[in-house]
Parts: sequence; C-alpha cells; structure tokens
Amino acid sequence: MDLDPDDIFRDDEDDPDSEVFQERDSSKEFVVYLIDASPKMFSVTCPAGDQKDETHFHIALDCVSQSLKTQVINRSYDEVAICFFNTREKKNLQDLNGVFVFNVAEREYLDRPTARLIKEFDMIEESFAKNIGSQYGIISGTRENSLYNALWVAQALLRKGSAKTIDKRILLFTNEDDPFGSIKGATKLDMTRTTLQRAKDAEDLGISIELLPLSRPDEEFNVSLFYADLIGLEGEDLAQFIPSAGNKLEDMKDQLRKRMFTKRIVKRITFAIVGGLSIELNTYALIRPTLPGVITWLDSVTNRPLKTERTFICADTGALVQESSKRFHPYKNKNITFSMEELAEIKRVSKGHLRLLGFKPLSCLKDYHNLKPSTFVYPTDEEVIGSTCIFIALHRSMLQLKRFAVAFYGSSSRPQLVALIAQDEIIRSGGQIEPPGMHLIYLPYSDDIRHVEENFLEPNFSTTQATDDQIKKAAAVIKRIDLKDFSVCQFANPTLQRHYSVLQALALEEDEIPEIKDETVPDEEGMARPGVVRALEEFKNSVYGENYNEESDLAGDGKSTDTSRKRKTISENAAKESSNYDWGELADSGKLKDLTVMELKYYLTAHNLPVSGKKEALISRILTHMGK
Amino acid sequence: MARNREALLLLLDVGPSMHSVLPETEKVCSMLVQKKLMYNKYDEVGIVLFGTKETDNDLTKEVGGYQHVVVLRNIKVVDGDLVEVLQELPRGTNDGDFLDAIIIGMDLLIKKYGETNKGKKRLCLITNALCPVKDPYEGTKEDQVTTIAKQMTVHGMKMESIVVRCLTGDSKNRTVQFHFMGLFETRNISPVTIFKGDLEISSKLRIKVRVYKKTSEEKLPTLKKYSDKAPPSDITATHEVKVDYEYKSIEDHGKVVPPDQRIKGYRYGPQIVPISSAEWDAVKFKPEKGVKLLGFTDSSNILRHYYMKDVNIFLAEPGNTRAIAAVSSLARAMKEMNKVAIVRCVWRQGQSNVVVGVLTPNVSEKDNIPDSFYFNVLPFAEDVREFQFPSFSNFPASWQPNEQQQEAADNLVKMLDLTLPGKGEALQPDFTPNPVLQRFYHHLELKSKHPDSAVPPLDETLKKITEPDVELLGKNKSVIDSFRRCFELKENPKIKKSRRLLREKMSGSIDRESNADISAQPLPFERVASLNRNQSCSMISSSHLCKFCQEKNLNGFCQYLVSKDLTLISKIEAIDSEVTDDEARSFLVKSETKVE
Repeated sequence: MDLDPDDIFRDDEDDPDSEVFQERDSSKEFVVYLIDASPKMFSVTCPAGDQKDETHFHIALDCVSQSLKTQVINRSYDEVAICFFNTREKKNLQDLNGVFVFNVAEREYLDRPTARLIKEFDMIEESFAKNIGSQYGIISGTRENSLYNALWVAQALLRKGSAKTIDKRILLFTNEDDPFGSIKGATKLDMTRTTLQRAKDAEDLGISIELLPLSRPDEEFNVSLFYADLIGLEGEDLAQFIPSAGNKLEDMKDQLRKRMFTKRIVKRITFAIVGGLSIELNTYALIRPTLPGVITWLDSVTNRPLKTERTFICADTGALVQESSKRFHPYKNKNITFSMEELAEIKRVSKGHLRLLGFKPLSCLKDYHNLKPSTFVYPTDEEVIGSTCIFIALHRSMLQLKRFAVAFYGSSSRPQLVALIAQDEIIRSGGQIEPPGMHLIYLPYSDDIRHVEENFLEPNFSTTQATDDQIKKAAAVIKRIDLKDFSVCQFANPTLQRHYSVLQALALEEDEIPEIKDETVPDEEGMARPGVVRALEEFKNSVYGENYNEESDLAGDGKSTDTSRKRKTISENAAKESSNYDWGELADSGKLKDLTVMELKYYLTAHNLPVSGKKEALISRILTHMGK
Repeated sequence: MARNREALLLLLDVGPSMHSVLPETEKVCSMLVQKKLMYNKYDEVGIVLFGTKETDNDLTKEVGGYQHVVVLRNIKVVDGDLVEVLQELPRGTNDGDFLDAIIIGMDLLIKKYGETNKGKKRLCLITNALCPVKDPYEGTKEDQVTTIAKQMTVHGMKMESIVVRCLTGDSKNRTVQFHFMGLFETRNISPVTIFKGDLEISSKLRIKVRVYKKTSEEKLPTLKKYSDKAPPSDITATHEVKVDYEYKSIEDHGKVVPPDQRIKGYRYGPQIVPISSAEWDAVKFKPEKGVKLLGFTDSSNILRHYYMKDVNIFLAEPGNTRAIAAVSSLARAMKEMNKVAIVRCVWRQGQSNVVVGVLTPNVSEKDNIPDSFYFNVLPFAEDVREFQFPSFSNFPASWQPNEQQQEAADNLVKMLDLTLPGKGEALQPDFTPNPVLQRFYHHLELKSKHPDSAVPPLDETLKKITEPDVELLGKNKSVIDSFRRCFELKENPKIKKSRRLLREKMSGSIDRESNADISAQPLPFERVASLNRNQSCSMISSSHLCKFCQEKNLNGFCQYLVSKDLTLISKIEAIDSEVTDDEARSFLVKSETKVE
C-alpha cells in the first residue's frame, strides 16, 4: 500500500503547490494577548443583535477565545500567553502592579494552548471580579503605569526563542485611546516617553506590537492621540490604519478577528506581462479547506505515539532497497522507465512563474471552469519598484472593461492555464469584506472536462423545456425563498465542529460531549410560512400536475425501474414467507441452525438486514436483531 | 467484448487536400491509442483510410464499388504496432468519399460483433469533407444517409466526426491546430454517479436528479517505483518495489507494535487524544443522505473565487419529463432573475461530512439536451482566512498610475484580446489540451523505441498554450511599446539579493524584444494555427442528417455530423463566421440552409 499515490510525481525541488492544501508549519508564532481590564472596558457596551449589550471586555475575551480555538486546531505549535492589565490583583514574574497573567495547570505562562486553557478561559468572566478584579492603573498623583508594566511583562514573556525563526507579537486590546489623559504636565510627558521607549525596546527585540482598538459607539478610537507613536505608525501607514468603526458587535468582532491573524505569504512570484516587463506578486491562500487533523498511531497500552517506518522491498529478490529514483510503467509489453529528472523536465513546459497570454470578457469564464480553490495575488514593491503601479493600472482597466486575464502558471507540480480576476475592494460597515487584488482561478484543460449531459441526449427529437407559466411559477418560488444577506462561509462546518468538540471533551476527560448546532440544515420554519407554501404548491401543480402523488412517481413517469421493482417483489415475498415461522420459538429452542440459509434470509430480508455471510453469521445477526 | 470495453473504428481521410493536417491527425490518433494502452488495454481499434490510391476492403470484393477505401487494420485489441502505424499514415492520391468509409466501417463492426454485443461501438471520422460524395447506385443521398442512421441505431453505434476546414486550402501552409487535439475525446471515461435521488426544494416538493462530475483533473498515469535488483537475465522479473510500513515504539527501540495493539490518536493542541474506530463511529457526526435547498440568493453574493473544487452537474432524471420540466423551469427562472441556489448535500449514507454549495443555471442551447445546474462547493467559515490588505487608494501617489499610464493599461487590456471578432475565442478550456500529458505520451512512445530518448521539446502547436501568441503580440506592437514606455520598473536598491534576479529579468526582456522583431517580419508559417476553430477547423451539419440522427439517438460526445456536398459547406461557412461561441460548441445546429 502506498500512502500517497501522488507522491510519485513529486519533484525533488521545492514544490510550491503542495501548499495549496496544507500551509507550511515551519513558521511558528508566539503571541501575548494583552487585554485592558480597566473599568472603562466594562462600562462601554456595544449593542448585540438580541437586545443584550456586550461590554468591550466581553468582546475582547470572545475574540481571544475564538483565536485560541483556531490555534489549537490549525497551528498548535504556536505559543500563547494571556495577560490582563489594569487589574486589582497582580500575578507576573516581575511582580509588577496592575498586571495579571492568566494560566492553568500543567502549562507555562507562554506555552502551547491546551484544552484546559481554552475551557477555563471561556469561564473567566464569571470569576473575574473575584479573582482578578478591574481597576484603573494610571491615576494622577501616583507614578504607577500599568501600560508600561504590561508591555514589560509581555516583552519578558517573549524573551524565549529566536526572533529569526519565530514571529513574536503582542496583541493589545483596549478602548482607551488616551491612556495618560488624566495625568497632567511633566509627569504625563515623562510617562508617555517611558512607555514609548518600552515599546521601542520591544520592537528592537523583534517583537511587533499590534493594536486592536475598540471604538465607542459615539466616538471613534483616535489612534493619533497616543497609539500611533506606540505602534510606530507614520504618514502612509497611519492613513492605512483602519480604526474599527462599526457600531454593530458582529462587525467589530469580524474586524478584530481579521486583524488577529498574520498574513502568511504562500509564495512570491513574478508575473511576466508584455515586452519584458515582469512585476512581483505575493500569493496568499485565502480559502482552503480545513480538514480534521491527521491521525497519529498510538500504542494502546501506553498511549505513546508510534514511529512509522517505511521500508522498500524489491518484489523480485526480496532485498531491501533505497527509495528508488526511477519510475516505470508497462507499455507495449515493455517496462518503460523514467528518471525523476525526466518527469520533472516533462512538466517544465514554460519559463518563469506566471505569463500573461491575453484578456477575455468575464462572460467567457464559465461556472464549470474550476478545479481547486483559488489563490489571491497582491503586488509588492519590495524587490521590484513599480510593480504595484502596473498592477493597479491593470486592475482598474480589467474592472472597468469587465475582462479577466488569461495566463500560464508554470508550477512544477501542475503547470496550467489560470484566469486572473480583478476584485475591487468591498467595504461594508467600516470593515473590509473583500480585499483589493486579483484571484487566480485554476482552469481545466479539455482533458479534465466531461460531457455528461451529452450522454443523456433525449431519444426524442427535442427535450422537455419549461413553459412560460412554469418559469413564472418557479420565479415566484425563488422570490419567496430568498436568502437576502447570504454570505459565503456563514456556516460553520458541522463535521469539524463535532470532531473538535469530541476531542475537547475527551482531552478534558468530560463525560458528556457538548451538542453542536448544525447550521447547514434548511430553515423549516421559514419554509412553512404560508406565502412560501403557496408558491411551492403552485409551482408543484404547474410542473407535476394537480393529482401528482410522489410515492407513485417512481423513475420514468410512474414506471419503476426493473431493479427497484425486482427488489420490491423480493422483500414482499420475504415478508410473506417470514410470517410463516415462529422466529422467537425457533431462536429460544436453538432450532435456527436447522433452517436452510434460504429460510434464514427470509427473516433478514423482511427486517431489512444484510444477507451476506456464512450461516453462523446469519443466525447471530438474527439473534442480535431479536435482542437475544 | 465485455460491457465496459469499447470498439473504435478510425475513419481517416488521407486524400491530397488532407495532407496538411495529417501530422495533427497522426498525433491525436496515436495519443488516443496510447491512452488506451495505458488505461483500457483490452479495447479494440481498427483503421479505415479513404482517399487512398489503392482499394482494399471486403465490400469491394463482395459487391463492387467502394474505390479508394483501404482497411489499414481490422478491428483488434490495441497494441504498440498500432501507434506506429498511426504515426506514419500513408498520403493518399485520390478524393475520398466519407460515406463509403462510414459504410465500410459499419460493415466491419457488424461482421465482427453482430447485433448482440454489449460493449460500446464508436466510429470516429476525421475529414475535411471537401470532396463530393458520389451518388449512390440506388435512391438518393438522403435515402442512403437514412439507411446508415437506421443501421447505426440498430447496432448501437455512435459516431463522432471532426471536419477540418482550412480556408486557405494551400497545402504549403502548415495549418497547425492544437484545438484539434482538444476536440477529441482521447480517453473514454464512463460517468460516475455521485448522487441519485431527490433534490428537496422543501419537505413537500422534491425533484428527481442525478449528480455527476463535470470536471475532474486528469493526471499523468501513476507510475510504479522501479527496482533494478533483479538480474538482467531474469525476463520474468516484475521490477516492482513493495512498500512496507512498520509501527515501532519510540521508547523501546525496534519493537514492532502489532496492529491490534495500535489505536488512532487525534491531535488537540499538545495532547494526542486516543480514540478507537468503534468509539469514533459512535460519536462522530452522521448526517442523513440527501440534497436540500437552503434558499436562493443574488448571483452577485457568490463571488467566483469562492468555488472550492472540481465541478459537478445536476441533471434531472433521464426520461422523467416532470423532473426535467421542474429543473428547466427553475434554471430558466434563475437565469432570468440572476439568482443562484444554495444547497446542502450529503451524497451518500454514512458519509460524515456535509457539503454546502451553489447551483448555477446551465440553460441548454441545444434542443435535445435538457437544462441542468452546475454545482460548485462553497467554503465553510473555517476555510476562509480573512486577512486585511491595504486599500490601493491609501498607497503613496508614486504608486498610483497617472492618466497616461492608465490609458496605456486600458489599451493593453482591450487590444491583447483573445476573443477577436471573427476569430472566435482562443484558449477555451473546453478545447485546450494539457500540454504535459501530450508531452508525456510522446516521450513514452519515444522511449518504447529507444529507452534512452531524451525528453522531447514541447510540440510547437502546444506552445500556443504556454506562451503568448506571437501573432497577437506582433499585431499590437504599438500598444505594447507604449505600455512599456509608460511604466518603469527598477530594482529596490535596499535589497541586494534580488540583483541577480533582476539581471536575469533584464536579459529576458532583451530576448523578448528580439522576438518581437521577428514577429514583425513575415512569419515562416503564415497563419500558424489560426486561433479560431470556426475558420480553420469547424463542425458543420446538414439539417437533414442532423435531424435524422437526433431522431435516431446517435449520440456521442461530439456528434459532429457531416455535410453531404460542397455547396452546402460553403454556405455554412459563411454562417460559421458569425456564430457565437456557444453556438460553435453546439454541433447540432439546425441550419436554415436548404439542401440542394
């Protein structure tokens, strides 16, 4: 058995496309969540959907909790620490006032997220006032500076590991845009200066500080009051910083979530346009299927992981062989062998990464021209200055002329034609819904397209087509069952949710597995609304006729197919025959074994059980079914 | 011949007017046979040539007539010789009569298999249909076609025709056509049903549908690992490599843990949670099989880049006129209103995952193909990474294109057009073959003769897919030049390592410019592969035969039917140049032209 049949064609060289489905794990991330716990975080609320208002503190906790859950699944090697500031109690290695590092058993302050951490963090709000407490840490008249302390603690936590191999980040949640607003005069200047210096020291150590500001409904978070200096925003960057406006809770959460993840570049590619002009693009995997984690084999006695060893054995001699560098296929009664270099060479059909071939109207891109998830491209001037300008110009022209670009993407695993679709930036309620850039759609070749519909050509001269009345009735249904604000990816994947709720429960040794809600089931209630029912009924009458009975309408206009008819007769017959036996009696007296297999099958068929296996298997199946 | 096998008869026109396209015919036919050798090695193939100098077929001997038709190879199981035969087709000297060739082909199939055979029988005709068809001995041409169609139906044969059209007709100009290859179904894949059951609009309204794959990536054949351990003298050696997996304890070195002592563990953070398959089955998510509508929404709500996978097609249950009408009315209403449907699918009972996807209407342009839906998988919340990117408007002024630059870009996007009027659409996925597959099979064949053959260069015709079209670039030289003049690229002085990269790029640009110079000169091959199928290689149909064969259900992947005489061709030719791309794809166009 070969674990990975595609492995055979994998090149020795770095294969960029294997990342289409799996992101590279090599870049680790250390994150300190720095959450402002001042009374102001509790007093300012944000209107949620169902009358209930949520505090900013709650929103911050919610975002961190979401992020932890994602990390434990997708990037479990990342390490996190959760740290509150402006607290009554203190808990940190430096014993600084107003800073509380939250942690659970069997875990360092900065460590990989565990099931217990997630669980206890989810319950922290109930006991927060009692165990940690909220209290302003910067008060005029004292020289206390909780923000300074918080940065110091966070920086100390991030001391471990090399900044070269690890992304170190501090994510700061606060709704106070002017932390030293209550202080006056020289003290204020002094405190501002020392705090900024502290932040700069952190940056110098390779730690990036990111601000996740929470705006008050009536007043936007003013980043230029203090934080612009702290996080090093100047000029252009400052203009780019989008304060999370948005009055709605969901919007705010959305924006915070987007900002919490670092963008990971899949690859940098060159895009050859025309006449020798090549620009630089970064590619990003914005949409990729998230799969349940891989299976690790364990020793069931010790529960310790096992090492999988793969050995290659020559089928002819039984000798152990090294991983072979040659491949073969029987062809014309011979074995034709290929070296791995030859196979790579066969795939090298184009020079360079991405080459523009021309443009087409958007209508040429059909719904079936798709094979795998798209890749997002965004320009960069880092290496070649002027790239962004060309990209923006083309982007605008393509949007305006409603055209897409066709290009050849010379990847080493599957070189293929791609469509580049320009996507305009979409901003809704202050947040970015779609980033500006282009999406690379992988196009099929003629070899990949099947013409199934032509296999079912109508035997008659022409096929049934809907009448105008039927179309009208269908339109009425469509109008009624309209998902107004449908957004792609509004559903959580119920399989994954279940998977991880099971794992979480098992990891915490809980008895009960929490039920998850399957968001993907149809809205029965909405479907039962009188207007919808009426429209459906009218449509049904229009296409199926007044006296349509679903049960009798089997395949082909009421004619059941041969096989289904046959199956039905068999089961009817079996039920009849089966009723001739007193099965309970036969089972109790152990006389089942005296019956023939044929007779046993009457029972099984009548009860819709499988009829496969030997006689003993049939008997035991019957007994199991009877509960004996 | 078993049910899943195919008997294929290639009817190839090798007359003088076909000589220019014979190299392409050879390539496409040999690739077809090569794929059969790999995937369907028990399929049977025969070759009939027409337009030859000689005459060699049974019917000539039995009843006379049928001149210039040669049965090059009777129907038999595919073998390597066949590839070689197809790569060296003889050049004929006479005009060929394709109706004669069709009759000879049918005769071969009938004689070989009789009426009872269950396998597929396919005739593949490649001709330019330039030579007039002779009048039959009895009756009219129409009668003859009628008889042929009837017989095909009786014997369950399908026919595909490719009519190559070279407008220049000048055999000195090598007409190269990769579309030719894309047109041909070189591999026979029977449709796999993904789902058969109800599309539930509501609990009270169901439509019987079947779901099939519409696109699926055709990969290179899976090759086996080669072992050279067996002595060369051992001719029975398999040379295969077996892979053995052993699960060993990490603490206790070398100790192999038997399968019954192993348990699966799933990672959750730093913990690995052990769970047996039985326990897992008991707790895992188990949705009911079924396809349910969640609702309709504006098509603008589903952006194209959210499509996640290869595409499926939803067809109404064949023969069920009510289901067909139901699908058709929904599809047409959706198209009119610019709506799409969101559905939740569990294809099989016992499947543990749910798929949420979008149905888009596929309103058929053809009379005999019912309306259907395309189905694309949409992402779940977990599948989307919502990164934020800076707005372009926030970039510094130096990064913003000025008016002149924008105009140059507009011109480039407008002029570098792959859908020039009268030339049709170039690089349509439906007609663009995979150059890697073609190259692989070419190399495979070379290696079968000389094991040490080097990888052959990419076929000239296939470079149209991987490289910009020289003709298109040449025609738009001024637009390209002005685009080049408007924009300036320079390396970032702060980054050293890119220096080398950039130098490469610069030298690349010089190459490209010299290319452009060449393209300004008259091309060695004038009209190298017109990008358009309508002009140089087009499918035409006579209204009569077309209608007839629809009645007789002569279905096939491309049911390109053939006109009966020259006058008709020239008329359709004129029509052809105006047809839309969709029409070009619909081969059974009902022609308004009267048959004369």
